[in-house]
Amino acid sequence: MTDTSMAPPETGIRTFDYGSDEAQARVKRRYKTEARFKLYGLLAVLFAGAFVFVLLADIVRKGMPAFFEHRVVLTLDLDASLIDPTGRREIDVLRNADYNKIVMDAWRANFPEVTQRAERRRLEALVSSGAADDLRAAVIRDPALIGQKVRFPVLLSDDADLHFKGLSTRISAVAGAGALDVKVNGREVELNGSGQPFAAILADVKAGLMQDAERVGAELARLPASQQGGNNAALDARRIELTQKVAELRRRAGDAGSAETIDFSAMPSRIIRAEGAAIRLQEIGPGSAKGFLLVAPQREIARLESWTVATFATPESNRKASDADISWLETLNARGAIEKAFATRFFSSGDSREPELAGIRGALIGSALTLLVTLIVCLPLGVGAAVYLEEFAPKNRFTDILEVNINNLAAVPSIVFGLLGLAMFLNFFGLPRSAPLVGGLVLALLVLPTIIIASRAALKAVPPSIKEAALGVGASHQQAIFHHVLPLAMPGIMTGTIIGMAHALGETAPLLMIGMVAFIVDIPQAITDPGTVLPVQIYLWSDLPEVAFQAKTAGAILVLLGFLFVMNGAAILLRRRFERRW
Amino acid sequence: MTGFYYALMVALALGAYFLVRGRAAALANGQTLHSRPSYHGLLAAAQVILPMILIHFAGSVLAARFVEHQALVAMDPALLTDELRRGAAFREIREFAIGRGAANATQALQAGAAMYAYLSALTNWAVLGLGLAVGIAMALFSLRSISGEFRARNRFEQVVRYLLMACATVAVITTIGIVFSVLFETFRFFQKVSPIDFLFGTHWSPQTAIRADQVGSSGSFGMVPLLVGTLLISTIAILVAGPIGLFAAIYMAEYASPKFRAWAKPILEILAGIPTVVLGFFAALTVAPLIREVGTSLGLSVASESALAAGLVMGIMIVPFVSSLSDDVITAVPQSLRDGSFGMGATRSETIKKVVLPAALPGIVSAFMLAISRAVGETMIVVMAAGLAANLSFNPLDAVTTFTVQIKTILVGDQEFDSAKTLAAFALGFVLFFFTLTLNVIALAIVRKYREQYD
Repeated sequence: MTDTSMAPPETGIRTFDYGSDEAQARVKRRYKTEARFKLYGLLAVLFAGAFVFVLLADIVRKGMPAFFEHRVVLTLDLDASLIDPTGRREIDVLRNADYNKIVMDAWRANFPEVTQRAERRRLEALVSSGAADDLRAAVIRDPALIGQKVRFPVLLSDDADLHFKGLSTRISAVAGAGALDVKVNGREVELNGSGQPFAAILADVKAGLMQDAERVGAELARLPASQQGGNNAALDARRIELTQKVAELRRRAGDAGSAETIDFSAMPSRIIRAEGAAIRLQEIGPGSAKGFLLVAPQREIARLESWTVATFATPESNRKASDADISWLETLNARGAIEKAFATRFFSSGDSREPELAGIRGALIGSALTLLVTLIVCLPLGVGAAVYLEEFAPKNRFTDILEVNINNLAAVPSIVFGLLGLAMFLNFFGLPRSAPLVGGLVLALLVLPTIIIASRAALKAVPPSIKEAALGVGASHQQAIFHHVLPLAMPGIMTGTIIGMAHALGETAPLLMIGMVAFIVDIPQAITDPGTVLPVQIYLWSDLPEVAFQAKTAGAILVLLGFLFVMNGAAILLRRRFERRW
Repeated sequence: MTGFYYALMVALALGAYFLVRGRAAALANGQTLHSRPSYHGLLAAAQVILPMILIHFAGSVLAARFVEHQALVAMDPALLTDELRRGAAFREIREFAIGRGAANATQALQAGAAMYAYLSALTNWAVLGLGLAVGIAMALFSLRSISGEFRARNRFEQVVRYLLMACATVAVITTIGIVFSVLFETFRFFQKVSPIDFLFGTHWSPQTAIRADQVGSSGSFGMVPLLVGTLLISTIAILVAGPIGLFAAIYMAEYASPKFRAWAKPILEILAGIPTVVLGFFAALTVAPLIREVGTSLGLSVASESALAAGLVMGIMIVPFVSSLSDDVITAVPQSLRDGSFGMGATRSETIKKVVLPAALPGIVSAFMLAISRAVGETMIVVMAAGLAANLSFNPLDAVTTFTVQIKTILVGDQEFDSAKTLAAFALGFVLFFFTLTLNVIALAIVRKYREQYD
C-alpha cells in the first residue's frame, strides 16, 4: 500500500532527455548504423563493377596473344626441278609438289650440327605443319616465283610461338665473370677458368637447392599424423622418404665448395651463351664446368673472353619447349630472323587440331547463318504476336493463357529448348544435325518471348491518339495499325530485336544438344551444312589441353564480346536517336 | 529444289499481285470499287502463297516418310521392323545416294540407294507440280473474282488477322512441344527404370552395357546425387547473389545520385549481357585454380572442379538479375510510406529495413525465386567448371554434378534413341522443366498479386 503511494504519478507520457549522454550515444550509434548500411550497398555495387573489370582484364590479358603470331623468315630455294619438273606450270603439279621438303631443308640449314634423329625431329617440330600450305598457296598465286630464291615468312609451331609470347619460362641473363678456356669434344664441352668464374652460378644453384629443401620440409610438415592402430605403412614410408630428401638437399646446399650435377627434371637449366653458341651446363664446379653444345658457334672457339649465362627458371621437364628448342629459337631471334605479325589467320581459317592454324572463320560464318535464320523466323513471328496480343486479341481465357505462357517461356532454361530441338527438329522432322538451320530455329523459339515482350512494350508506348486520328479519317483498324502505329513503334521493336539477337549470339547450351559441337574444319556455305557457332567454338577450345588453345579461346571470347558490345551499343543508340517520349 | 520451289512461288505471287491489281485498276476507271486495287492484288498474292507453302510442308513430310519406307524395303524388308538398325541403314543409303558412301557397297545397299534417288526425285517433282498447279489455279480464281462489290480488303484483313493469331500461338505450340517431347521420352524411360528408383535412388551412373552379359549392365539412375549437387551449387550462388544483388538494388534505388546510377546501371547491364560460356571459361581457368590454391595453402583439400568455384561465378552471373528485379519492386513502393517513416524521425536505413523492405518483400521473394530457377537451369558455367562425378556430398569443396551437366554429357555426341541412358537425359530435362516452371509460376503470381496492391 505504501509502495504505490511512493511511486511518481502515472501520466502516460515517457519523458526523455535528448541532451543526456545516453541519448547522444544512441543517436551516434544510429548514424553509425546508417553509414555502415550505406557502405554495404556501395560495396555491393562496387563489387559487381570490380568483377566485370577483373573478368575483362583477365580475358584481354589471356586473349591478346591470339591475335599475333611469330614467323621465321627463311630464304627458300624454290627449285624448279622440285616443284614443276615438266615446266608447264600445270595447277595439279604445282599443288602436289613437296613444299614441306623445301621449307624443312631451309630450316635445318640454320643448325647443321643437328644430325641425330630425335634431335632433328625436335627441331623440325618447331615449324608449323601449315607452313608448307602457305608456301603452296604463294606459289600457286604467283608461279613466277618458281626457280627463284625468296625470303618467305614460315609459321612457327604453337610451342615456339608460346616461347616468344613469354609463356615457356622466365629467362634471366647475367654477364659471366672472367675468361674461359674451352675444350670441345664433339658436342661435349669442358670449360675452365682461373679465379673461380662459376662461383656465382654455383652459389645460385645452391640457393635453389636450399629453397627446394624448404619446400620439401613444408610438405613433410603438412603430412597428417599417424593414427593409432591405423594402417600407416604408406604414410610412414613417405615421411621417411621426405625426411631423407630434406637432409640430402640441405647437405648439398650447405657444402659451398662442392660441384653440382644439374637434374633437369627438378632444377633450372643454365645456358652459357657466347659467339653465337649455346652450351648447357651439366656439371658445375667453382672453377670448371662440363656442358653440352646445343648450338654450335659460328667459328672455332678455344677461349671465351666475354660470355653470359642465361637461367631458364622452369625445370626442363615441366615445360613443352626444351632447352634446345629455346636455344635454337633465341639464336634465330638474335640473328633477326624472327618476326611478329598480326595473325590474320585467326580470322581467315576454320578450326584445326594445330593451335597455330586454328581460326574462327567457320564459327563466325556459322554464327552469322544461325542468326540469319533466327532473325528471319522470329522477327515476323514476334512482331505478329505482339501486334495481335496488343491490338486484336479479344479478352478471354485463351488470351490470358497466351500471356502467362509467354512470360513463363521466357524463364525456361535454355537447355530445355535444346531438348526440344533434338526431339522435334532432329528426330521428328528429320532435319540435318549440326546445321545452322536447326540452331537458328531453336534460338528463334528461345528469343521469341523476349521479342514479343519488347515489341508489346513499344506498341503500348505509342499514344492511342495516333490510332484514333487514323480511325477518325476513315482508316480501317488494320490500316491504322500497320500504317501509323507500327512504324512509330519500330525503333522500340528494333531495339528489342537487337537485344534478343545479342542474347541468341551468346547462347551455347541448346546448340550443344543439336550437335553443333562436332569438330568441323570446313566453313559452312549454306544453312544446311554442318557448322558451329562462336560460343560453341569457345567451349570446344576451352576443353583442349594445349596451352596455346587457351589464348585462342580468350581471343575468340574477345571477338564475341566485341560483337555483343557493338550490338548492344547499336540498340542503345537506336533508342536514344529514335525513341520519342510522347 | 526447295529454293527453286520458293523462287517459283514468289514469282507466281508477284505475277498474281500485279496482274490482279492492274485488272482492278482498269475496272476502277468505269465504276467505284469497294476495295482499292492493291488490296485485290494483295489478296491474290496471299491466296497463291498460303496454299503453296502448305503443300510444300505437308508434301515434303509425307514424301520423306514414303521415300524412307520404300528405300528400306528395297534394301532389306527386315529392316522395317528392326528399330535399332533402321536409322543407321537409312543414313547409309542417303550417304551412298549423294555419292559420299563407301565404294564397296553391297548389292542391297545399291538397290536401296537407287530406289531412294529415284523416289526422291519423283516426289520432289510431284510436290513441285502440285504446288504449281494449285498456285496457278488460285491466281486464276482471284482474277475471276474481281468486281466492284468484291470486299477484297475485308477478306485480306481477315487473312492477316488469322496469320497474326497464328504467330501468337507459336509460343503456346512451343510450350506444348517442349512438354510433349520431354514427357514422351520420360514415359519411355519409366518403362525401363522404375520412377521410385529414379526419384529416390542415391546412385547415378548411367552407363548401359553394350553386351547383355557385361558386369553392371543395368546402370543406375538415382537422381538424388544430381539433385543435391544442383541444390548445393544453386545455394552457393544464391548466398552470393542474394546479399550483393539486394544491397546493390537498395543502394541504387535509395542512395545513389543520378550521376552514380548513370555509371553503375550500364556496368550491371554489361554483367548481365556476358555470355555464360565466357563466365564458365573464367570460372574454370581463373576462379577454380585460385580457390584451389587458397584452399591448399590453408591445408584444405579442394577438388579442382569444386562446387564453390561454379557456385561463386554463377552467383555473380545472377547478381544483375536479382538487383534489377529488386530495384523495380523497391522503386514501386509508394513514396508516402517512406515519408511517413522519415516524419517519425527514422534514418534512411531504418526506413529501408523497417518499412520499405517489408513492403517490397513479396516482390523480393519472387525475384529470389526467379534467380533460383535461373541458377538451377544454368548450363555452361557448371559444364565447364563443375565435375562429372555424381558424388553425394554437401561439401562445397568437393566436385559435384548437376542436372544440366548430366543432360549435356549424355546427349552430346551420337546416341541411340532407345537406350535408358539417352532417355534418362529427357527424364532429367523433365524434372528440370517442371522445377523451374513451378518456381516461375509461383514467382510471377506473387509479382502480379503484389502489383495490384499499390496500383
